[in-house]
Amino acid sequence: MADEVQTPESDDEGARRREFLYLATLGVGAVGAAAFAWPIIDSMNPAADVLALSSVEVDLGPIQVGQSITVKWRGRPVFIRRRTPDEIKAARVAELAELIDPQPDEERVQQPEWLILVGVCTHLGCIPLGQKSGEPRGDYGGWFCPCHGSHYDTSGRIRFGPAPKNLEVPGYTFLDDSTVRIG
Amino acid sequence: MATKTEFNNPVIRWVDERLPVFTYLDHEYNQFPMPKNLNYWWNFGALASVALVVMILTGIMLAMQYTAHVDLAFESVERIMRDVNYGWLLRYIHMNGASMFFIVVYIHLFRGLYYGSYKAPRELLWMLGVVIILLMMATAFMGYVLPWGQMSFWGATVITNLFSAIPIVGDWIVTWLWGGFSVDNPTLNRFYALHYLMPFVLFAVVGLHVVALHVNGSTNPTGVEVQSPRDTVSFHPYFTAKDSVGLVAFLFVFAAFVFFAPNFFGEPDNYIKANPLQTPPHIVPEWYFLPFYAILRAVPDNFIGAWMGFTLISAKLAGVIAMFGSIAVLFLLPWLDTSKVRSARFRPWYKWFFWLFLLDCLLLGYIGSQPAEGIFIWIGRGATAWYFAHFLVFFPLLGWFETPKPLPTSISEPVLKEDS
Repeated sequence: MADEVQTPESDDEGARRREFLYLATLGVGAVGAAAFAWPIIDSMNPAADVLALSSVEVDLGPIQVGQSITVKWRGRPVFIRRRTPDEIKAARVAELAELIDPQPDEERVQQPEWLILVGVCTHLGCIPLGQKSGEPRGDYGGWFCPCHGSHYDTSGRIRFGPAPKNLEVPGYTFLDDSTVRIG
Repeated sequence: MATKTEFNNPVIRWVDERLPVFTYLDHEYNQFPMPKNLNYWWNFGALASVALVVMILTGIMLAMQYTAHVDLAFESVERIMRDVNYGWLLRYIHMNGASMFFIVVYIHLFRGLYYGSYKAPRELLWMLGVVIILLMMATAFMGYVLPWGQMSFWGATVITNLFSAIPIVGDWIVTWLWGGFSVDNPTLNRFYALHYLMPFVLFAVVGLHVVALHVNGSTNPTGVEVQSPRDTVSFHPYFTAKDSVGLVAFLFVFAAFVFFAPNFFGEPDNYIKANPLQTPPHIVPEWYFLPFYAILRAVPDNFIGAWMGFTLISAKLAGVIAMFGSIAVLFLLPWLDTSKVRSARFRPWYKWFFWLFLLDCLLLGYIGSQPAEGIFIWIGRGATAWYFAHFLVFFPLLGWFETPKPLPTSISEPVLKEDS
């Protein structure tokens, strides 16, 4: 596109200026496009009202030793089990080397008696059985996922089956001896 | 080949001189030269486009009555079934239409596999077809979520959870897809928006598929390219007529399901409203996803050494890769098949492998419908291995070791020989 009357020097100069302008335009355009893309992408993330509903307080008073309850938190079930001494013992004696996702029981509970877990199988998101009496609890006395056969122990750790990780422990704080806030 | 038609109608001529739509239609759908030896397996592309139009039409009508909210979606679908004039018909056509669409597209795909339609110079045509299937799957999956039944909800949960297998960013992606911390109202809303959008994207890609088809024209059962006008007949009236015969047969089958077995392809559980706190005992996807579901579940739990104390790649991720790989491998097919001969008619060994592959896909479909336990696990693994071996081992090797039968010199030659 260089004009024919231009000398080789000015032609060279013109090409470099053009190249610089071309790259600068492209660069600014790319930054602009990215700046516009982010709000679009981020608008699909959880909205403020969804986040605002993200904690729940639970009264633990009525739960007897050995009993479990399910509460809904962020649209998902949370399992709260008041473990028996046997269940705590079973969770603590397990050899870490035998576990698929090794983690000691002490790291998974704040008070040994209260096991609080997100009740969603880490395989593909089904709800494991074992909350109600009469439901199968799997080979390790915890929970059993009927979808693809994952067995969880009394610490909610994956022991057998396709799930890759232990049941998630949500963030929670004990407000007093019989009230816990999840989230 | 094609001659320029002079239109007699002055209005058509006036428009055509300014926007040549009539010349285009005349060239692509009236005069367009088609190989004269096409059999009925070549009907299914046209049937698929009819199915797409039926889905878009009934879908738009359903959208006018449907409410995308977790508290109202299930009830609004029941209202369509009971109160809306012909709502039951629109919904049953749309529901069964999805199955019909997949049936004709799968037959269309296997037609392409048998007759080697994917080979040069039609590689892009084939790859656009694979894109169409992927878009269909995404659209069908999101559409199935909309009635907000138990299978809708749990199918959506299981499939979106697949993305959590992606290392590092997986959980972030799943939350982003959901717009929350589980499949919930934001998820339903965006699926509805995308389910409305995707068919039009699909329509555009079908347009590209047809443009690519009309560059080199259709293949034919001999796999020998058209060499002279003697090998072809015009699209109209020859193939408009032949496609119409197939269309009537297709609509018979379609109507039989809509009127006499509308829930044949469905799951009874989807007539129970979604309950996020209770998983149904046996989650199964729609039939057209079953072979892929079987591949997803086929990868052994301890395949990659999770029990050895380290995990390079989890069984879940490996399963997801295998499932997407089973489609991705189709993109590579034009280069995996090393044979110079297109049609299986002249490939004595490939012909058998084709039928074995078809059986393998049906077997995978059956395994996908069964619980993953006992003997089914082992059959599923074997069938998955065969699936990948078919593309990655048999296709390249057959081209080397197979001796094809002699090809006719033209489409017309075998016919002319019989005459003399």
